Amino acid sequence: MNALVQTIRQHRVAAVIAFLVVFPLLMPYQALAINILIFGLFAVGFNLLFGYTGLLSFGHAAFLGVGSYLTGIGMVHGGLPWGVAVLLGVVSAAGVGVVMGYLAIRTRGIYFSMVTLALAQIVYYAFYKAERWTGGENGLRGIQVPSMQVFGVKLDFLEPTTKYYVILAFVAAALWFVSRLLASPFGAVIEAVRENETRAAACGYDVARTKLLVFVISAALCGLAGALRALHLSVVPIDSLHYLLSGQAVMMCLLGGMGTFFGPFVGAGLFLTLEDVVTTLTRHWMAVVGAVFMFFVLYFPSGVWGSIIKRLEKAR
Amino acid sequence: MAVPILQVEGVSKRFGRFVALNKVSASFQPRKLSAIIGPNGAGKSTFFNVVSGAFPPSEGRLKFNGRDITGLAQHEFARIGIAKSFQITNVFKQLSAHENVRVAVQMRFARYQLLKPRAAMGEVADRASALLERVGLAAHGQRPAADLAHGQQRALEVAMALAAEPELLLMDEPTAGMSPEETKVMMDLITALAAERSVILVEHKMKLVMGICERLLVLHHGEFLAEGTPADIKANDEVRRVYLGQG
Repeated sequence: MNALVQTIRQHRVAAVIAFLVVFPLLMPYQALAINILIFGLFAVGFNLLFGYTGLLSFGHAAFLGVGSYLTGIGMVHGGLPWGVAVLLGVVSAAGVGVVMGYLAIRTRGIYFSMVTLALAQIVYYAFYKAERWTGGENGLRGIQVPSMQVFGVKLDFLEPTTKYYVILAFVAAALWFVSRLLASPFGAVIEAVRENETRAAACGYDVARTKLLVFVISAALCGLAGALRALHLSVVPIDSLHYLLSGQAVMMCLLGGMGTFFGPFVGAGLFLTLEDVVTTLTRHWMAVVGAVFMFFVLYFPSGVWGSIIKRLEKAR
Repeated sequence: MAVPILQVEGVSKRFGRFVALNKVSASFQPRKLSAIIGPNGAGKSTFFNVVSGAFPPSEGRLKFNGRDITGLAQHEFARIGIAKSFQITNVFKQLSAHENVRVAVQMRFARYQLLKPRAAMGEVADRASALLERVGLAAHGQRPAADLAHGQQRALEVAMALAAEPELLLMDEPTAGMSPEETKVMMDLITALAAERSVILVEHKMKLVMGICERLLVLHHGEFLAEGTPADIKANDEVRRVYLGQG
């Protein structure tokens, strides 16, 4: 058992991908599984800033939304191929991340959260008003990816299982990147900044630059989640930029376990599955999800995945 | 005479209307152990913070090896070779003792490398282990810093400061809150360190530094009252008055 746990921890990306490959078989339908992939990535990107660097942003919907919108705009208005449009979405989200991060990291604590929230609301408003490009209240429609050519193989993107695995390829690459980053020298620096900014600076690390870099990487990852969501939904609803989604990122992280590699993904899975199941029973699903959330925050503050990891470590 | 390692030229620090440091000047020769002493509220911590880069002086200049470093950011101080240990223990509490030092060592090797695994940087880990041994923490490397005893955390601070391989080491009351035994160990360590580099201590307890420092500077009300060898300072009536008058 110990050896197995050890092996899984050493090859965490491979383990996660192996799990995600069989994951659709465990879910009632593919659309939910795809949603979990996308929001799992969103939560992982958010967690890089929140769990590992200790910065609580309330504005991450902006990156998901900008990623979605720019991918959609690139395809609908620019006639770009889907791959290029995804890249445009990611780069745009990172660009918005540069501006928001530059302004927000001048503040700390609750002010940081409020500044990110306010800036995200500005982004929301800007996209809401740019109706000609974004469809305003109705959202951006007409994003079509009927089929794609990948290395000479034609894939039917409308087929849910194919769609799942195409999106998984992106998510897997992103998870690999995050895992590498966390194991890199820079990964050590961001944890040092979270633990003690004064000491990190005294050690010779530029705290502001480190924070900004993480902020932008986090924005790019959330932008990728957004870009994939645009392909998945084939529309971009204006809600993609709503602060409700920023709040959900926080909930997913706390539910699964902030500051753990896979916790946010687990949190996203739980949150969306819960939402999916409870909405069939009652319209007041938010109340139920809220109660579950409170239960975990009060009794399992390390989150579901965080608690499991703690158990395993104690058992060793 | 050699170029001073640190020159403080007419440095003042004001907080609003309060003058914490009033046009102080001093110069420190390389590879010497000096101490700034003075009663509470004399401006010692402000002096420490200014010369270690925590905040810039309101006026005046700082020179390191002849180079003007006034206004450099905190992180740049460590990079050019000025490291410090804090008065209040300041470590990465949730990280292991070894990781605390490893991160500090890593600064000189890699700061923004995103994809190289740090496990492959054996030299960094080895140097961290060597530093832990130097300060007597070799057996405690894997413990979270928060679990270490107070004296051990202070020793860890010193290891982290040394990680930058500083030419100048600044220490703010390094024995604050330590037991007499821990104090002895720390003072021995400081003496040993001063053989290799310049060390400036800021210390409240005059007795402690009398025996080991070559030079003392006495701060009082934000100004230097006296400076000289321990013997000079001991014989100085004004210093005696300041310390005794204060109780």
